[in-house]
Amino acid sequence: MPVITAIDLVYDYGARRAVDGVSLALERGELVALIGPNGAGKTTLLSMLAGVLAPTTGAAVTHGRVGWVPQIGAVYSRLSVAENLRFFARLEAVPDAEAAVAAMIEQMELGERRAEPVGRLSGGNRQRVNVGIGLLGAPAALLLDEPTAALDPLQRERLWGFIHRFVATGTAVLFSTHDMEEAGQRPDRVLEMVDGRLV
Amino acid sequence: MRSRGRVLGWVMIKDLAILRRSPLLVGILVLYPVALALIIGLALGAPTPRARVAVYTGVPAGHGRVQLGGTAIDIGAYTRELSGSITPVRVPSVAAATADVRNGVTEAAIIVPADIVAQVESLVRNGVGTPTVRLILDNANPIERDLVSAQIQTRIDQVQAAIAKALLATALTDLHTVVAGGQLSFAGANVDLLGLSRARRIVAGAIPQLSRTALGGRLGPPLRRVVSFADIAIEGLSFASPVLGQLQNPLTVARTSLTAVRTPTAAYAVAIAVTVSELFLAMLLAASLLALERSEQVYARLVRGPAGPVLLLVAKLLLAAAAAAAVTFVMSAVVSVFVPLSWGRVELWVLVLLVAGLAFAALGVALGAVAREVAAASLLAILVGLPVAFLALIPPSAISTGLGNAVAVISFLFPFKAALGATAAALTGGGSGLALTLVHLLGLALAFGGLARVALRRFAAAA
Ligand SMILES: Nc1ncnc2c1ncn2[C@@H]1O[C@H](COP(=O)(O)OP(=O)(O)OP(=O)(O)O)[C@@H](O)[C@H]1O
Ligand SMILES: [Mg+2]
Repeated sequence: MPVITAIDLVYDYGARRAVDGVSLALERGELVALIGPNGAGKTTLLSMLAGVLAPTTGAAVTHGRVGWVPQIGAVYSRLSVAENLRFFARLEAVPDAEAAVAAMIEQMELGERRAEPVGRLSGGNRQRVNVGIGLLGAPAALLLDEPTAALDPLQRERLWGFIHRFVATGTAVLFSTHDMEEAGQRPDRVLEMVDGRLV
Repeated sequence: MRSRGRVLGWVMIKDLAILRRSPLLVGILVLYPVALALIIGLALGAPTPRARVAVYTGVPAGHGRVQLGGTAIDIGAYTRELSGSITPVRVPSVAAATADVRNGVTEAAIIVPADIVAQVESLVRNGVGTPTVRLILDNANPIERDLVSAQIQTRIDQVQAAIAKALLATALTDLHTVVAGGQLSFAGANVDLLGLSRARRIVAGAIPQLSRTALGGRLGPPLRRVVSFADIAIEGLSFASPVLGQLQNPLTVARTSLTAVRTPTAAYAVAIAVTVSELFLAMLLAASLLALERSEQVYARLVRGPAGPVLLLVAKLLLAAAAAAAVTFVMSAVVSVFVPLSWGRVELWVLVLLVAGLAFAALGVALGAVAREVAAASLLAILVGLPVAFLALIPPSAISTGLGNAVAVISFLFPFKAALGATAAALTGGGSGLALTLVHLLGLALAFGGLARVALRRFAAAA
């Protein structure tokens, strides 16, 4: 059974149709790239899959927890790495939040920075916290919106290494990018999006 | 339900942690009301001036003396002394005294009626009579009323004690004369009083003659003197005893209260300072905390989880209201060092500050929902808060009726005026219809909370 199934999703920003009838299925352990130019509707589609936007028509059905990592670092810059993770772990009712936070900090290799305010971290580390929050509570699927757009090649590699480890444990990952190079991260499938449609 | 409560708690704890890391913001939020409280305190904290009290006395000058046996008591002097710890304002009539209190020219009025001398005399001679001093107090400011009343009562007690002492001295002199004999002024004539001891000596001297001779004309005169002395002594004691009984409280104080049209200035100024502080504190805090979720781009992440937009709004509302109420409560406590506030109703202060805080915070989240950044939200809160407070403070007499109606409607639709009324009532102990005002504030809190919900749906949907 797919972890996420989208059926004929449509989203209109007023008169502007951003997503125009998208259907897709995401299976366990799959790494799928969603590629398309600026304004193609990638963010809007991922937001509907994450349940952040209610589709104008169509439906997205999910099985199990879905982690979501927005394009812009959705973290509290005044809170520390550990505090950010702890807050979202509690909010998502992750069992044994403290242990989950400690494990995530270890996996993200942020042990030395755990008490530092996120606002003082480098862009790469901040993005790792952002992704880490999406991965709290071992989600069945992870939606990543341009996860490495702002990172240099080294940070990019580190982050992808980190994501691949989760894919290996069975997490389904759907990530958007407008960068063909990013699609070179050995995805199982590539979905191409233009003007709100999959081509 | 329980898990929603827990989520609410975590959101608030998180916000507190963020505030703790924002010393500049918190510093401004705390320093601002503290500075305001200090300014108010300094402005009002000059040593409490003596209460202005209208004094009318119906006793013409020089006619205030009561003759008691050999002593005279000057009632006029005592009533003048009543004004010792106040600033007396002489007025020509009872009506003028009442009008002064009603118009707030004075805080109270003392009225000494013309018959007070006759009443004291009657009390002393016959044991009947109620010399009465009238006291008119202002109900509008219960704190000042009690203060003035207490000040005047202290004076009255002193005067009572002085009169009582004089009466006692007179009574004792008379009693002494009754015992020892001598001149006594009685019923307008000077009587040569034999005195108990001399009478005893006469009777004692008559006893040997009585034993030697038979009853006869020689015994008549001394026995008659003994009899008449007995008459006078009985009469004298009969006037002394009721006087002694009345000595403790020779004066009656008749208290009347009326409600002055003016508002008690000092306590009202405190209420204004407290309410203005709470308005800005609650609005700024609520607007900033909500806008912060969006400026950090966390809003979407939050509302897709168990913390929906309504829960998020409630968290901001509660935190901002509680923080604003706490700070303004401390502020009131500090100011109460300078200005008497009714501590007896402290639980009412807390209730009013919380409800007013909720209404202000609701206005704050409604603005915060429109703004994407903390700075924009703060600016919006100040831009809206200032005129709301300013409009509510315009005295109705200062503007035309049409404009006044518009101002009244705006003041009704925003929480400031109601909050000010409730705060003033809670702090000073006055105020009927407080329950209704609190309901009004809660209604406004709900309305602005609802507006915030709509604004979030409209402005934050795709954030
Ligand atoms: N809040 C909004 N209001 C109105 N139109 C919007 C809004 N957000 C996005 N759009 C429009 O919807 C279309 C799709 O936008 P979306 O952000 O989903 O594209 P995208 O593929 O993620 O682009 P990018 O690669 O730049 O992130 C664009 O034309 C954009 O202008
Ligand atoms: Mg995008």
